[in-house]
Amino acid sequence: MVTTNRLAVELGSVRLQNPIIPASGTFGFGYEMAQVYDIDILGSISIKGTTALPRYGNPLPRIAEAPSGLLNAVGLQNPGVDQVISNELPKLRACFHQPIIANVSGFSIQDYVQTCQKMDAEEQVAILEVNISCPNVHGGGLAFGTSPEQAAAVTRAVKAVTHKPVYLKLSPNVTDIVSIARACVDAGADGLTLINTLMGMRIDPRRRQPVLANTTGGLSGPAILPLAIRMVYQVAQACPVPIIGCGGVSTARDVIEMMMAGATAVQVGAANLRRPMACKEIIEQLPAELDRLKIDHISDIIGAALPKS
Amino acid sequence: MKQATFTLTANEQIAQDIYCMTLTGDASDVTRSGQFVNLSLPGHYLRRPISVADFTPRGVSLLYKVVGEGTAQMASMSPGTQLDLLTGLGNGFSLPDQSRNILLVGGGIGAAPLYHLTKDLIGLHCQVTIVLGFTSWADCFYLKRFQQLGAQVYVSTVKGDVGTKGFVTDAIRAHNIQADYFYACGPMPMLSALCHSLDYSGEVSLEARMGCGFGICMGCSIETRQGPQRVCKEGPVFRKEELIW
Repeated sequence: MVTTNRLAVELGSVRLQNPIIPASGTFGFGYEMAQVYDIDILGSISIKGTTALPRYGNPLPRIAEAPSGLLNAVGLQNPGVDQVISNELPKLRACFHQPIIANVSGFSIQDYVQTCQKMDAEEQVAILEVNISCPNVHGGGLAFGTSPEQAAAVTRAVKAVTHKPVYLKLSPNVTDIVSIARACVDAGADGLTLINTLMGMRIDPRRRQPVLANTTGGLSGPAILPLAIRMVYQVAQACPVPIIGCGGVSTARDVIEMMMAGATAVQVGAANLRRPMACKEIIEQLPAELDRLKIDHISDIIGAALPKS
Repeated sequence: MKQATFTLTANEQIAQDIYCMTLTGDASDVTRSGQFVNLSLPGHYLRRPISVADFTPRGVSLLYKVVGEGTAQMASMSPGTQLDLLTGLGNGFSLPDQSRNILLVGGGIGAAPLYHLTKDLIGLHCQVTIVLGFTSWADCFYLKRFQQLGAQVYVSTVKGDVGTKGFVTDAIRAHNIQADYFYACGPMPMLSALCHSLDYSGEVSLEARMGCGFGICMGCSIETRQGPQRVCKEGPVFRKEELIW
């Protein structure tokens, strides 16, 4: 008898044992979490955003609380792509044997190209996730994610030098996310991750100053779940590529909603900070949630809520 | 790191805005003075990192100051309340391998992690002098508790209504306190003044707004002479020589 894994999904040619992926920036480079639980149960891991050169990031405070979520302005702290490949990936390889998503950021098209090319050559990297949506760095990231022309230019440049599937991680801080998504897909994107954080701000009334040293930060957590679902739903109708849904997912039920909106896989972000075992708990909850909803295989529900055409 | 449910057994005000909360639960991951717990509060998304003042394998005591909504909520909690804690976070203070002459310095609520440290040091037969800095007499706490452990206690207050008038550095000068090594916790200007004025080595415990508290979000990284370090993971305790002032 053939046993099939009812949680398995396929992001194009990349098969995941389940759709649960810790989102970039909320799980480090993964290996430190192996001391908390067996991370090999995850579908994949989107590793900490990597840039061509090492970055310390923004001054402190980088974190502020929000109703049902938090603001962060970490500013892409990372040791740079060469150190990530020589120091971080081997440690992850020792405890994680599933496909890895390499999240890449840059400040110029040349930056993206250089970092993606290096990550593309790493065997365990299955997908390149190009972040054109970081709201916390100046002169980069988001600048590429708010114009269809710029987004297409990054996509084309990266596709020209890489072999692995390229996913563009899109920003919700735009008027029309569908036009950005379309531009990426027309330029050759193999898939899309949406959404990154929403730009927000808090004030410390005692100091009469912004809480964050960077003034603004990205809002994540349950507060943004409905917005993320809406954007996945809109983009899924316009773009024929796999979507990784991201934004405020905290429970198995949130995963089902995100997938019914059109996502093939789902990233879990802020929940990892509050509940270190959030991804493990969600994976364990999923079979019962599928039973309850009379779903055989989770892949059956991808886009189930989309209008019938 | 361990995640466990704790039961609140006592929660008493011990000075102006200062409370002592005692919790019982699996604290077996708390192994060193200077570590902290990250406490989940109903209605708040982020956990609250609070340093551990005292611990056994079966529970922790937390001293905290009411400074915002989260700590105000903590102050209103009654015995029997169940709380979700991440325990055993951070590196904690290192202990000397021989008996030494130690100076401890606590600024306000920064005295908290020095309590169990004093127990450790007295147990190692160190000579312990502690200088506690407060704003006024109304803010003072734990003076007797530290004395009862066997430490020599000095106080400074900005208002001058008890102890040396001024800051902890004024009390250290006024009493001509000498030591081989120091441990300190308190506001950054105090830690900076100590690191500059004391000519011997020591360790300081830092505070930061944290996202996770266990090293995965990079929300609390500071620049050190060893490169970026996470206050929650490589810290909160850093050697004086590691820090850039």
